[in-house]
Amino acid sequence: MQPIKVLTANMDKPNSASIDVYLDAGGYQAAQTALKMQPDAVTQLVKDSELRGRGGAGFPTGGKWGFVPKNAPKPTYLLCNADESEPGTFKDRVIIEKDPHLMIEGMIITGYAIGSNPMSYIYIRGEFYYGATVLEKALGEARQRGYLGKNIFGSGFDFDITVARGAGAYICGEETGLIESIEGHRGQPRVKPPFPAVIGAFGGPTVVQNVETLACVPLIVKNGAEWFKSFGSPKNTGPKLYCVSGTVKKPGVYEFPMGISLKELVYEHCGGVPDGRKLKAVIPGGASAPMLTADEIDIPLNFDALMKAGSMLGSAGIIVLDDSVCIVDAVWRLAKFFAHESCGQCTPCREGCNWMESILDRIERGEGRKQDADLLLDMADNIGGKSLCALGDAAIGPVISSVKKFRSEYMHHVEHKSCLPETRRYRRLDAPVGAH
Amino acid sequence: MADLHPDNPYAPDRFPDPSKRVAFPPQAKEKFDWILTRYPTKEAALLPTLHLAQEVWGWISPEVVRYVGSLLDLSPATVFGVVSFYNMYNQKPVGKFHLQVCTNLSCMVNRAYDIYDHLCEKLRVNPGQTSPDGMYTVTEVECLGSCDTAPVVQVNNDYHENMDVQKMDRLLGQLK
Repeated sequence: MQPIKVLTANMDKPNSASIDVYLDAGGYQAAQTALKMQPDAVTQLVKDSELRGRGGAGFPTGGKWGFVPKNAPKPTYLLCNADESEPGTFKDRVIIEKDPHLMIEGMIITGYAIGSNPMSYIYIRGEFYYGATVLEKALGEARQRGYLGKNIFGSGFDFDITVARGAGAYICGEETGLIESIEGHRGQPRVKPPFPAVIGAFGGPTVVQNVETLACVPLIVKNGAEWFKSFGSPKNTGPKLYCVSGTVKKPGVYEFPMGISLKELVYEHCGGVPDGRKLKAVIPGGASAPMLTADEIDIPLNFDALMKAGSMLGSAGIIVLDDSVCIVDAVWRLAKFFAHESCGQCTPCREGCNWMESILDRIERGEGRKQDADLLLDMADNIGGKSLCALGDAAIGPVISSVKKFRSEYMHHVEHKSCLPETRRYRRLDAPVGAH
Repeated sequence: MADLHPDNPYAPDRFPDPSKRVAFPPQAKEKFDWILTRYPTKEAALLPTLHLAQEVWGWISPEVVRYVGSLLDLSPATVFGVVSFYNMYNQKPVGKFHLQVCTNLSCMVNRAYDIYDHLCEKLRVNPGQTSPDGMYTVTEVECLGSCDTAPVVQVNNDYHENMDVQKMDRLLGQLK
């Protein structure tokens, strides 16, 4: 399969973030087309395209828009989720920095389809300071030309966008955490139901969409649902950005039709693992996704195939691990991440994530006990499905999959009080307390 | 988290110091007034106002907590609750250069901990602490969303990508 340039079509051009380059490529025509349609017709078009959310859950986008009640007593909000914090994911950043007008146009169309309040928000993670300045500049350009503000394109539709910066909290990528954060609170997720489509930001119906999802919307309006479905397979349609990182020769963002084989992506397009080492495991969808062993990677990278294989496409953050990586150490690092990012609101996640981190650390240090592998599975069972939001489920993904698929490596740590001989140390275990 | 450690500026006996009353300079006040127009409630302006305050003062001191609360009709406790929830609000003064090393998985397997340990040793700081000359603070951070160019070190607002120990040393030479 050859790489495609659909979402990334403008990105190699010089000064690609400017409105002139975007307009030269036919930009903002889709918004004008959409604003002449009935809002419901736009929603139907997106439903027909079978676009699914690119943020992680893969929820059908048009369906989500359809849940927004008409004539709700409070204004409807559109929030763009640009809080890209899932370890291994860096696709939204590319869109934000290199083609911000694509997502802005997507927001205009989406806002029109759902009957959004005139003010909508891009919630961008605080660390993307440069991205936020690019967005501010792009919004300024769009406002100056009358593409944002009052009565845009003479359609009578008022729409504007504000960039809201996060401040360093992974949990704010969870949609209700994001809503809390936009409202000026600690980013602790809400109990659902009510779902945000009914009661979300400031008490109004709210649609939260990922950057890449919004970037697909103008392309669907411009080229039609059938064109969009010509990429990928039924229910798993469209162009897709894949982020590849870890121990791999050519890391980066790659665009393919949804469903390229993971094996082909890693070996043919990314050059495989470096220094003649052997592939050990691949995490296919960001830190939350259960890992696959080297034997399991002959699989299409789409929502349904990965779900069937017991993993998930998630945010398509593919982390490649070669045989120099100690699986226990790798999983410890992810557990440490989830322990740090757990918002502390519900007990299974708050206590469980810290506990899993401690146990993984003691196994890695050669102080593990024989029953630790099963203890981890037991704890995971008490976190998964029992926490308030998806963070708990995410945290157990790497733990369960690694214990099941690499149990012998865990047992080696317990029995020999050391890592497998072929693995390297990627951190010092004698570092001062609190250092790592 | 607030505790009774003597280094903690939020320790009860030091909260707040009436002699250190703060207020936004005119330009920041103007930006604050603009922020208020962008949100339907005053409370929603809290995060951007804290970002603004940190740009002005470098960290969110107890006096800033009280001041921001007074601007937005929020109690200091509410404001502090938000400050302590988010990583990026500094609860202590930081150095002129805040070196934030990502050590999450993709950076770790590309030797991020070598850079992190090297920085702590070379600058003689403990993790999260500031060098005695007030120049550098070294912090371990979670994924910065730039895994293809791992390892990544964020210095203040800027990303430095594809780093290694030698490049870090050269960069340190430029950070004066």
